[in-house]
Amino acid sequence: MHPVRKKRIVTISVILVVLATAIGLVMYALSQNINLFYSPTQVEAGEAPQGVTLRAGGMVVENSVERASDSLNVAFLVTDYKHSLRIEYKGILPDLFREGQGIVAQGKLDERGVLIASEVLAKHDEEYMPPEVSAALEQSKAQ
Amino acid sequence: MNWTWFHKLGSPKWFYQWASNWGGRCVYVGLALLLVGVVWGLGFAPQDYQQGNSFRIIYIHVPVAVLAQSCYLAMGVAGFVSLVWQMKLAPVFIKSVAPVGAIMALIALVSGAIWGKPTWGTWWVWDARLTSVLVLFLLYMGVMAIQNALDDQVFADKAVAVVSLVGVINLPIIKYSVEWWNTLHQPATFKLTEKPSMPMEMWLPLLFSAIGLYLFAAGVSMWRMQTEVLMRERKANWVKKEVLEHGI
Repeated sequence: MHPVRKKRIVTISVILVVLATAIGLVMYALSQNINLFYSPTQVEAGEAPQGVTLRAGGMVVENSVERASDSLNVAFLVTDYKHSLRIEYKGILPDLFREGQGIVAQGKLDERGVLIASEVLAKHDEEYMPPEVSAALEQSKAQ
Repeated sequence: MNWTWFHKLGSPKWFYQWASNWGGRCVYVGLALLLVGVVWGLGFAPQDYQQGNSFRIIYIHVPVAVLAQSCYLAMGVAGFVSLVWQMKLAPVFIKSVAPVGAIMALIALVSGAIWGKPTWGTWWVWDARLTSVLVLFLLYMGVMAIQNALDDQVFADKAVAVVSLVGVINLPIIKYSVEWWNTLHQPATFKLTEKPSMPMEMWLPLLFSAIGLYLFAAGVSMWRMQTEVLMRERKANWVKKEVLEHGI
């Protein structure tokens, strides 16, 4: 190869590697801010500040959803399978909200360590299947 | 190693004639496959057990999102070729593909928002995946703006090549954002090394629409490049001959 081109390749590669490293380090340093939500373990460890608007998320624990009969108040636990966090919310939950479903809630932690949510978003997983398949899976699980 | 094929590829005249043969074919075959995939996906594929019909956005959202990234990757490679070998066609490629990729990124953002409202409960969140795709769209805008703002074509080509090349760093960030950070966007359903987390009757239409869209975009890019080649080579003898013989 022509020496001029060889030199250009080396120069460009070096610049790219340096830039990529710099951006990588910035991303790494900011990773806590880039995370969309705190996990229950992080809240438990006291990483999430109290009284500040933040997001926390996890899987809704089976049989933990308590709905008030006379209002839209609802309370439930979310878990990352290590710790769990209680979330209280007043309002209409998204269609996909159900037990065993991942959710992300925005709100403030109170002094009890409960998240008083102002918004609850459902998180969808990457699994897709037709309803018949899902029904068959449920059935074989029940047996 | 013999580099003649590489240099032949860079000849505008040779490319123009090659694209005259292949551009149209790619566009029409691509459109046909795209139509099959979209009709099949939107009309006949089974519903999802959780999302019902709204999951069908996948037959549009996934192909455009993947293509938006592929276009940028190709532009990055062209930027490298343009800077190192100073091949005439490389900047033509970048200039022609940028709007195609930008439209793909825009459709990905909009279709994702339309799906996000019923599924997540919000049009938009500033999570790592959504934000990095927005950055991709802005990079496309940047490439197009630089190309149009600078009057000196040689300088504009160089600047655009640098932006294309540097912007490639954003692609692994998009790809791995859902694994490196907590995001609202779900991880990838399709991985190279594993079986897709989706049955065949659901992913087969997706394969059709994805291949169709790739071919369509390739064909449209060839057409755009042909126009750009004619513009840039307008003083060359072969262009004069071509136009006199075949018209534009």
